Amino acid sequence: MKRLLPHPLLTITLAILWLLLVNQLTAGHVVLGALLGWLIPFATSSFWPERIRIRHPLTLLRFLGVFIIDIVRGSFLVAWLILRGPRHLRPVFVEVPLVLETDLAISLLANTISLTPGTVSAKLSADKRTLIVHTIDTGDAAALVAEIKQRYEAPLKKIFEQEE
Amino acid sequence: MIDILLSLLILTGAIFTFIGSLGLARLRDFYTRLHGPTKATTLGVGCLLIASAVFFSVREEGVSLHEVLVTLFLFITAPVSAHLLAKAALHLKVKSLVPTPAPDTDPPADRPN
Repeated sequence: MKRLLPHPLLTITLAILWLLLVNQLTAGHVVLGALLGWLIPFATSSFWPERIRIRHPLTLLRFLGVFIIDIVRGSFLVAWLILRGPRHLRPVFVEVPLVLETDLAISLLANTISLTPGTVSAKLSADKRTLIVHTIDTGDAAALVAEIKQRYEAPLKKIFEQEE
Repeated sequence: MIDILLSLLILTGAIFTFIGSLGLARLRDFYTRLHGPTKATTLGVGCLLIASAVFFSVREEGVSLHEVLVTLFLFITAPVSAHLLAKAALHLKVKSLVPTPAPDTDPPADRPN
């Protein structure tokens, strides 16, 4: 089973992506999508060293909800900061110490940070223990780090890395 | 009714995209400029895409879901490019308004990210 279907989640995702691309739900395309979803993971297996498992689907859903709200919040915040003018900005670099270990979880965290209020992930240290984040405006850097850890890192840790 | 909704969405999208671009011109250093295109524009494009999905689902037969894909790819690529731009800027020591973190001495054989 594991050899025939190395990444079941990837297979499903690819099949759905195919159906969205052709934008029609016919039997032929379902079969073609499933076929692509089955073959592509073999062709790209070197990019997927770990087997991805989602351990807490509900936490994932809640995380996605928080994520979408934060994108909207972040957009309004940044729009306001730009309109108010650059003189009032208090940009700063902060270092977020990571407890995440897998590459996938770290990249998801970095992407989330870049898409949410006033923060862009700028660099991951060579040992993958710290993520350097640039924030456009903050009064309290320590609170920002705490918020990132609690709001994004903790759920990601739970979803992708926690052992049963 | 649906026309009003669509116009509102497109207008909102256009405004946010404009503000994002304004940020590029107005902000003062490279790192703060990065924030405009990654955030404000994301919501701007999001609004335009929702409008597009609604429009084509109403006018034509069947639901139009291409926009979901555009959104997905945008959300995957925008932060990655922002991250790489910031990383490159740190590497080149681009002038910043605030002290930049100390460059850690990466061994040249660093694992490619």
